[in-house]
Amino acid sequence: MIEVLASGALNTVQDLGRFGYRKIGVSVAGTMDKLALVAGNLLLGNDRNSAGIEINIFPFRVRFLQNTGIVITGAACAAELDGASLLPWYATSVSSGQVLMLSAPTQGCRVYLTVRGGINVPVVLNSRSTDLKARFGGHDGRSLQKGDQLAVLNPSIDSNGWKFDYGVEPPNVALPFNFRTDGGTVAVRVIPAAEYESFSESGQAKFWSSLWRITPNSNRQGYRLAGTALPTEGQVELLSHGLVPGTIQVPPSGQPIIQMSDANTSGGYPKIGTVIEADMWRLAQAGLGKSLQFVQVSVEDAIAALVAERAWLIKIESDLASLQATSKNASTR
Amino acid sequence: MTRNNKILPPRFSRLGTCALLCEAPAPLDISWQRRIWALAARAEAWPGVMEVMPGMNNLMLVFDPTVITAEEIKADIIKLWPHCDWDGEAGKTLEIAVVYGGENGMDMKHVARHAGLSIDELVRLHTDPVYTVYFLGAYPGFGYLDGLHPKLFTPRRQEPRLQVPAGSVAIGGVQAGVIPSMLPSGWQIIGHAREVFFDVAKNPPALLAPGDKIKFRAERIER
Repeated sequence: MIEVLASGALNTVQDLGRFGYRKIGVSVAGTMDKLALVAGNLLLGNDRNSAGIEINIFPFRVRFLQNTGIVITGAACAAELDGASLLPWYATSVSSGQVLMLSAPTQGCRVYLTVRGGINVPVVLNSRSTDLKARFGGHDGRSLQKGDQLAVLNPSIDSNGWKFDYGVEPPNVALPFNFRTDGGTVAVRVIPAAEYESFSESGQAKFWSSLWRITPNSNRQGYRLAGTALPTEGQVELLSHGLVPGTIQVPPSGQPIIQMSDANTSGGYPKIGTVIEADMWRLAQAGLGKSLQFVQVSVEDAIAALVAERAWLIKIESDLASLQATSKNASTR
Repeated sequence: MTRNNKILPPRFSRLGTCALLCEAPAPLDISWQRRIWALAARAEAWPGVMEVMPGMNNLMLVFDPTVITAEEIKADIIKLWPHCDWDGEAGKTLEIAVVYGGENGMDMKHVARHAGLSIDELVRLHTDPVYTVYFLGAYPGFGYLDGLHPKLFTPRRQEPRLQVPAGSVAIGGVQAGVIPSMLPSGWQIIGHAREVFFDVAKNPPALLAPGDKIKFRAERIER
């Protein structure tokens, strides 16, 4: 069990999402930064889809009520276990009674706590993710609050001799995309979408060259951006169609909206582009007030980036498997 | 939809790394939608296709581009397109009582003004047709309805509202629907209904299914 000692609205239990239910209108939900959750789970020997806690509001404090192993991933933040600094992206053993404290991030905006075995909340429509908009899944369909107790699936440390004392480089080091190094701007790669061609040339140019600020009206459903409005004359209303997280719509106001994890499954505003799958974690870590720059890429480049991201995760998995095998052999010798 | 007896092909566009959108040619028509339903049922079983989502005369396919390419999916769809038709069962018919206008029908007057209609004419035109559920989307259990009288076509709002009440009877462009729970929406809200359209504890969780018919009945008009 894990007991929540301090939390804020918008800290939720999430796995990779709820798939197969778009056709009854149910959002995918799931972690905003999927790489962070999967890397944390792999470091603990968990299933990739095991549920963890997505922390958007700080400080966040929990007490572990049993011995287990944990990993902190996602945004860079000060993490302390009983007052001692914890390394991020690093598997650590914790003892029953120890208290973990996470402070506001210094880089990025969402932190993930993964636990050996994964958080055990009821599976709703094939997922443990919290759908805040529809108010189901996760812990009672809501954000975590002080006093909540979360069960953990099979948290045991030594059931298979698994050791916790290793880590990985974070993806901004392992999978860099240094289009622009100015600290206030996050560059994400975009493939033009169906209505791209219906924007004027100057509108298209403005889309790529402008900086788009993430406004305070942004959340897990979507990022509402502000910049020089894109010209929308001549744009027609569309018949509603399926959407994926990353879709960049341009409503009549000319200020783009990017659909995120809790996005509606369908919509009808013109789509100028879609953020590539491999940059969704970068976008997820771009907090309120940050500026975005969109960089055009080909489908081939988008697939290559996805393959690189998957290869990074596979390498974590295989490195750990050999590490565990070595330490097991050493301990039985 | 046909030219020289030839079925016009759909239009394809990319939706990021892992999704493809396939849209039937205009105008909106139930025969296209039957084709979309049939195609969705077929494509769901294709290796590499992870999810299909019918829309309003269109179909989104979510796939793994390292298993199947968009070009392969397009070729398969184009091959099937002229021949597929929905052979699923006929849907159920539901009557939905609506309170038009008032606090929970805040856009009724705007829609009437936009259409150049009196409130009574608006309500008559909205309650007259039998609507068909084309697909469920946007929110859990939200059915997109076809059958709206062309005089009631009203553009979505400039900026979506951050929250509208559950049971909001709404118009979005040429589409109609009832918003199932308290949610953000850019649609024009003309009335309110009491039915529960989605309950995650039920199987199936959604009250509506594609192919169902809906008839609205005016319970009251709040002017």
